[in-house]
Amino acid sequence: MHSYGYRANAVLTFSLTLLAVMCAMASLSDNRNSPSPSAHVQLRSLILNVTSFHRLSLYVVSMAMNISADLQSLFTWNTKQVFVFLAAEYRTPKHSLNQISLWDGIIPSKEHAKFWIHTSNKYRFIDQGSNLRGKEFNLTMHWHVMPKTGKMFADKIVMPGYRLPEEYR
Amino acid sequence: MGWIGESVDSIKSLQIRQVLTQAVSLGMIVTSALIIWKALMCITGSESPVVVVLSGSMEPGFKRGDILFLHMSKDPIRAGEIVVFNVDGREIPIVHRVIKVHEREDTGEVDVLTKGDNNYGDDRLLYAHGQLWLQRHHIMGRAVGFLPYVGWVTIIMTEKPIIKYILIGALGLLVITSKD
Repeated sequence: MHSYGYRANAVLTFSLTLLAVMCAMASLSDNRNSPSPSAHVQLRSLILNVTSFHRLSLYVVSMAMNISADLQSLFTWNTKQVFVFLAAEYRTPKHSLNQISLWDGIIPSKEHAKFWIHTSNKYRFIDQGSNLRGKEFNLTMHWHVMPKTGKMFADKIVMPGYRLPEEYR
Repeated sequence: MGWIGESVDSIKSLQIRQVLTQAVSLGMIVTSALIIWKALMCITGSESPVVVVLSGSMEPGFKRGDILFLHMSKDPIRAGEIVVFNVDGREIPIVHRVIKVHEREDTGEVDVLTKGDNNYGDDRLLYAHGQLWLQRHHIMGRAVGFLPYVGWVTIIMTEKPIIKYILIGALGLLVITSKD
């Protein structure tokens, strides 16, 4: 009964079980954190142009903005990084929801979680149709908390009341 | 060499009844693994509930060898979610983040564009020729949980099959020679 094979098996099983329990507990401890992040976006320019996209002539928006956010409260001891992005969200007659990511970033640690940047849109802001003229849209700051181990969390702040210009060039 | 000698002896002294018992217990191990896998498939609604990250395109979030737990609920797909998708003509599924969503008013169908966090551009170059968007049927699941390093076991076993055979052989021997 007490061969080396059995002992090795017992030690391995026990240590793996213990490791799994510790990972589960680390992940569960994230639930105790109730974050209170804040974000603010100021548009500095919002211009409508016309571009060609796969043989279609479509509106494209170029924008410049100041993004400031304080996401320090999202970090716990089990947080590896926070992925944060700013998306434009709007409705069109055909589509009940359109989400266009405009800017994103990876925050590696709590020290970098309070930031202020001045940027233009990183991804193209185009619609599938030609609905963007004079369109009202929300800017939404989303964040996805990636843990060292366990469950991932996500949430957002919606900033409503933006409108694209009527005139284009 | 005592352990090996013992094993050889125990193989020699096998009775037909014992052989049957071992065969049954081996079968139990295999079937219970299969039951767990199929049960996970039912619970998560995804055809592969656990995937191993194979590329560095989502670094530093997911590294090669990390394990992701997938879930496929009826909830609509939204920007920012990490999805696992299959592209026609490509065997290996890809794990990337959704950056654009267009959801139809009437049918609720979605057009989705993805990008790897560590890649410079979006995924249109990875999609099938002429494909601009992913639809629901391309998507196998969204990542909900994460476990680091564990996937190295399967990566090593697929890249160095000899290790897999040694491991299976050793486990088989252990099962056959165990006397409980």
